[in-house]
Amino acid sequence: MSSPKIPEFKAEWKEGEAGRWGLAIDMDLCTGCQACVAACSMENNVPFVGEKESGYGRQMAWMRVERLWEGQYPEVKTTPFQPVMCQQCGSAPCEPVCPVFATVHAEAEQLNLQVYNRCVGTRYCANNCPYVVRVFNWADFAINPIHANPDKDGKLVFPLHNQFNPDVTVRRRGVMEKCTFCIQRIHKAEDQAKSENREVVDGDVTPACAQACPADAIIFGRLDDPQSRVSKLSQDKRAVHLLEELGTQPRVSYLSGGSHGNLG
Amino acid sequence: MAISASALPRAHAEEHLDHEAELRKEHLMLDPRPRGEMNAMVMESMLTTSWKFWAIAALMALIVAVGLFGAWGYMISEGLYVATVNRPMYWSYFLVHTVFWIGISHAGTFVSALLRVFKAEFRRPFTRAAELMTTFGLVQAGIHIFAHMGRVWLTYWMFPFPNQRQLWTNFHSPLMWDFLAINTYLLSSTMYLFLPLIPDLAMARDRSTGWRKTFYRILALGWRGTEAEWTHLRIALNIFAFAILPVMFSVHTIVSWDFAAAMRPGWSSTIFGPYFVVGALQSGVSAVAMVVITLRYTMKNMDYFIRKEHFDALGKLMLVISMAWAYFFFNDYMVQWYGGDKWTDALLHFHEAGPAGWVWLMMLITNIAIPWLVLWNKNWRRNPWILFTVGLLANVGMWAERFIIIPVSLQINRMPFMWGQGIKFGVEIPIFIGSIAFFILLYMIASRLIPLVPVWEVQEGQMAHSIRKYGKEPVVSVADLE
Repeated sequence: MSSPKIPEFKAEWKEGEAGRWGLAIDMDLCTGCQACVAACSMENNVPFVGEKESGYGRQMAWMRVERLWEGQYPEVKTTPFQPVMCQQCGSAPCEPVCPVFATVHAEAEQLNLQVYNRCVGTRYCANNCPYVVRVFNWADFAINPIHANPDKDGKLVFPLHNQFNPDVTVRRRGVMEKCTFCIQRIHKAEDQAKSENREVVDGDVTPACAQACPADAIIFGRLDDPQSRVSKLSQDKRAVHLLEELGTQPRVSYLSGGSHGNLG
Repeated sequence: MAISASALPRAHAEEHLDHEAELRKEHLMLDPRPRGEMNAMVMESMLTTSWKFWAIAALMALIVAVGLFGAWGYMISEGLYVATVNRPMYWSYFLVHTVFWIGISHAGTFVSALLRVFKAEFRRPFTRAAELMTTFGLVQAGIHIFAHMGRVWLTYWMFPFPNQRQLWTNFHSPLMWDFLAINTYLLSSTMYLFLPLIPDLAMARDRSTGWRKTFYRILALGWRGTEAEWTHLRIALNIFAFAILPVMFSVHTIVSWDFAAAMRPGWSSTIFGPYFVVGALQSGVSAVAMVVITLRYTMKNMDYFIRKEHFDALGKLMLVISMAWAYFFFNDYMVQWYGGDKWTDALLHFHEAGPAGWVWLMMLITNIAIPWLVLWNKNWRRNPWILFTVGLLANVGMWAERFIIIPVSLQINRMPFMWGQGIKFGVEIPIFIGSIAFFILLYMIASRLIPLVPVWEVQEGQMAHSIRKYGKEPVVSVADLE
């Protein structure tokens, strides 16, 4: 009798080992237009929470374009910005703290997965995420009538109902969620590549954010393929990683050398 | 039997006659009454119920129904957005109140077990009231930890139970340790509450009729008071008293690891374990004092069992624990500040000068300044009003400490864009008020059903103590029962 396999508590990453999927963001090309944020929300059925809840800090977008200020208004020197999403850490602080294995490291994709069905909503993962990229379903924003906007006839409008992506789960209240690197697109491309009996190559997978980026500042691809664009960019001397000093081994590289100066 | 005797300080000649009477008035252990009379007094205090009792009980039940279960039910049906939680303040009042109640529940066992181990005689009349606080406090802590969860109806997934889908719990998670530690503590403290209750239940069984007789007969487990039964009880109590102390320390240490094991500025502190244990004792011993004072002035015949000497002893204990808390607070603060990490630095500034700065200052005043200024004075700490107020303020201060550690600290993180301020009043407030009412209601029900004074322990202590005369000098002598 074989013993059932107990999930790994932390992915056993060797220092410096590349992940399977990675993202590179060229900060010298990024204009901060937020098209990626909108595209991500459309692709992944991320609900709109309305102005009031958003103002209180309950916006649910999986990506954000951070805007920061240097100096006090009106003497603002620079206004740097950077898009931030889940960094898909190789050694993720969110994973060991979940009491029910709702956030786990996928062996095949080598991504941090959030298992919505298993989540009981302790929110410890979000507290332990140094990038603060996890979002919680504080309510049934997508289906609860009190969060719908009335149209001019007083009829309630659920803005998302007509455009849900059938490839992505619609989450209910009380569960955590976060950027998945558009894992549904990854799986589609892998299936396609497998049916054609080949490896996944550059251009097969494009997450929603990269697809929407007008400046082509977001580059996605395989980190385990040294010839891919993202592999080369992540080795670039312009590449920095957010909060790298914490040892989280993030899989998102920020390329900055020009006007953005020293980010991260 | 070992006999130890100590001479009291020589008093003036004219006071010799009063000295013995004074000693008896001051110390319960030196003021024995016949056992039958004392048993009758305890039974009377349990059975005497005025209309005021029922009025308060009805009010408490109403607050529990509306404040606790009403508000909580509303939150379950709507989602956590009705509570004061947002990004980045993922944890908030619910966890504050969980830690608060676990802290309160601490002192029950502390007072009982530690004082039993060290044979502190003043513990005898109020050990049961303190132990009940442990069990009832843990009930409230459980309510808040469940309320805090996003999907409370799936709480049972935290139990490691075998299932067909081979889903298992993550023993690497501090929350899982916490869950197991609190369960262990709840079970062991309930057993520790029940063991010394058995002889008193048997006493009540022999003095009651009707449904009460049935109730006590079942719970007394056929206790007859044979020598073998007493021996077994004493051995069991001794084992429990020693075994429960490390359990008690572990529980609050593990609660602190929920924060200390996390990767956050201000939380990742190696001294959080003992700091939390002492903080729990600070709030818990203060709560014991409040409960003891309330019992003395609301229940019949309690003025015999609970005396100023007990206020005095609890006041001293509160003072010592307040000093220990100040030491650990300073230790935690000093090392974090000296480390000079920029995020910790930002956090410490936010604690002191941020919008909740007044809470931080209030914490220091109510936890350190007030106990130190008040409790050193014997007359003040023997005054029930003053002691009750100091105890209440210490609990407010400990609430403030958890408030600073959880929601206030969560507003600062390593991504300054995500710094946020979200303190407001949400559904947690009625739930907290409801849980306080639930705590009081449980005490009120318990005071009608079980003897709140451990009569046999008081009688045992009184048998061991006696006043002997050496010439004109009354001398208190103690026989060691073991």
